[in-house]
Amino acid sequence: MKLMVCIGSSCHLKGSRQVVEQLQHLIAENDLKEKIDLGGTFCMGKCQQGVCVTLDNDFYSVTPETAEDFFKTEVMSRL
Amino acid sequence: MRKFDTKVQYLKYKVLREVARMAWNDELFDKALDIPKIIVPGKTPTMRCCVYKERAILNERVKIAMGGDKTNPNVIEVIDIACDECPMGGYEVTDACRGCLAHRCEDVCKRGAITFDHHQKAHIDKSKCVECGQCAKVCPYSAIMDFKRPCVKSCKVKAISMNEDKAAEIDNSKCISCGACVYQCPFGAITDKSFILNVIDLLKKSEQNQKYRVYAVVAPSISSQFIYAKLGQVITGIKELGFHAVVEAALGADMVANEECKELAEKGFLTSSCCPAFVDYVQKQFPDLAPYISHNLSPMATIAQYIKKGDPTSKIVFIGPCTAKKMEFQKETVHPYVDSVITFEELQALFDSKDLDITTLSETALDNASYYGRIFARSGGLSDAVAQGLKENGLDHFDLKAVACDGIEACRMALLKASKRVLDGNFIEGMACTGGCIGGAGCLTHGEKNKAEVDRYGREALEKTITDALKQL
Repeated sequence: MKLMVCIGSSCHLKGSRQVVEQLQHLIAENDLKEKIDLGGTFCMGKCQQGVCVTLDNDFYSVTPETAEDFFKTEVMSRL
Repeated sequence: MRKFDTKVQYLKYKVLREVARMAWNDELFDKALDIPKIIVPGKTPTMRCCVYKERAILNERVKIAMGGDKTNPNVIEVIDIACDECPMGGYEVTDACRGCLAHRCEDVCKRGAITFDHHQKAHIDKSKCVECGQCAKVCPYSAIMDFKRPCVKSCKVKAISMNEDKAAEIDNSKCISCGACVYQCPFGAITDKSFILNVIDLLKKSEQNQKYRVYAVVAPSISSQFIYAKLGQVITGIKELGFHAVVEAALGADMVANEECKELAEKGFLTSSCCPAFVDYVQKQFPDLAPYISHNLSPMATIAQYIKKGDPTSKIVFIGPCTAKKMEFQKETVHPYVDSVITFEELQALFDSKDLDITTLSETALDNASYYGRIFARSGGLSDAVAQGLKENGLDHFDLKAVACDGIEACRMALLKASKRVLDGNFIEGMACTGGCIGGAGCLTHGEKNKAEVDRYGREALEKTITDALKQL
């Protein structure tokens, strides 16, 4: 499964780094490194909704506060 | 507002702007031949002997703006008919010699090359003179002048000579495409080929980034350019041209610094690989040291590789101060990642070809890289970043002795010493341009304040350390 987080300037200012860090942590904690391919990408053209995240091409708007919820509800349910 | 240092740059810009304007409108192939007359209308010459010569030269400039001579692999090209065939006699005594009694010139000349005629005026015996310039320095009347061609003087790798027609000729086996001659030739007879048409084509065929996305990777030296506008407005301007996103090459620099310090600690001696002209120089003039060139790709290629990993169909255009990057992106190791390269001069031409006044635009944030990645743009920055990288990677025990070489002459000295194993240092930061990238030939302006601008841009980075910047990747 491909999980991409926008690290473009706008999302970066909205906390994409914290989102990435949390996701990395959650992936490691749940031992999902083999299953989830986490990567950074630049600008998805939806800066208003940042931090922009895609899960196998489906778009999600995530913030550092909602990252954990997002992981549990959206990511885990797909496994 | 003054955008360029010289009128040569301004002329080159006008050609690029007209070529780009027509290319956007798909009119180039019908109207390219009209460009010289658009730039030089009327019958009064302002640059050369007559408007016809001016237009003939402009025709050559149009060709170079459209990609230049495909049979010449070098991106730096001489426009034969634009070369003014400057005198190149070396040191000569001028009429200002008053025939004094002191004869300081004679005393200082170790070769005995100075003689005097019966008016006591000095003459230089060219068979003895070694062009050391001491006589010129001591003459109280500054009567001795160096008649060396500006291109030859600027070319520190001695790649420029004179062909049988007395026009300048570039030896591609020596040339490192640094662009020093491009910036220095007062007649604009040496110039860098442009890839603006490729870039316009990439942008148009992307159909507003629907078919594939086009990313602009900007060099950190951009902070010292376009100073008539705010940096955020320049970024918006780049997006207005049709780029999907603007990414800092400085983030690639962070990635490079993080790897380069580990490589250095492992190997014990290294030269940098960021400056393509420097890398080319080492390979051409010091092949014995080539194995010590860092195996890292340049920051440009590193960040491009990263973008393509996440977005495999994307196209990447590097925008920077550098003519040598136009060579680098064509290398087998780099071409898979970087699709084209343009300079700041060419970016200005692209803005104006779309009548984009960037000072009226809103600002777009540009953030990702750390302070250290950003200061790569000036001499000494890379060394600072490697020192920081060693610290952040817990490699403090490695005793870094960086030699930051500012300009190709300084690089030559350090490389000579290194090849004789007498260099007091274990890391050579090689920058072909004086001052580092901010002295690049593709810069709009080369000012005293540029270094301060880069440092300020560095300090504005939200990411204070290299690790901070890399954590997001």
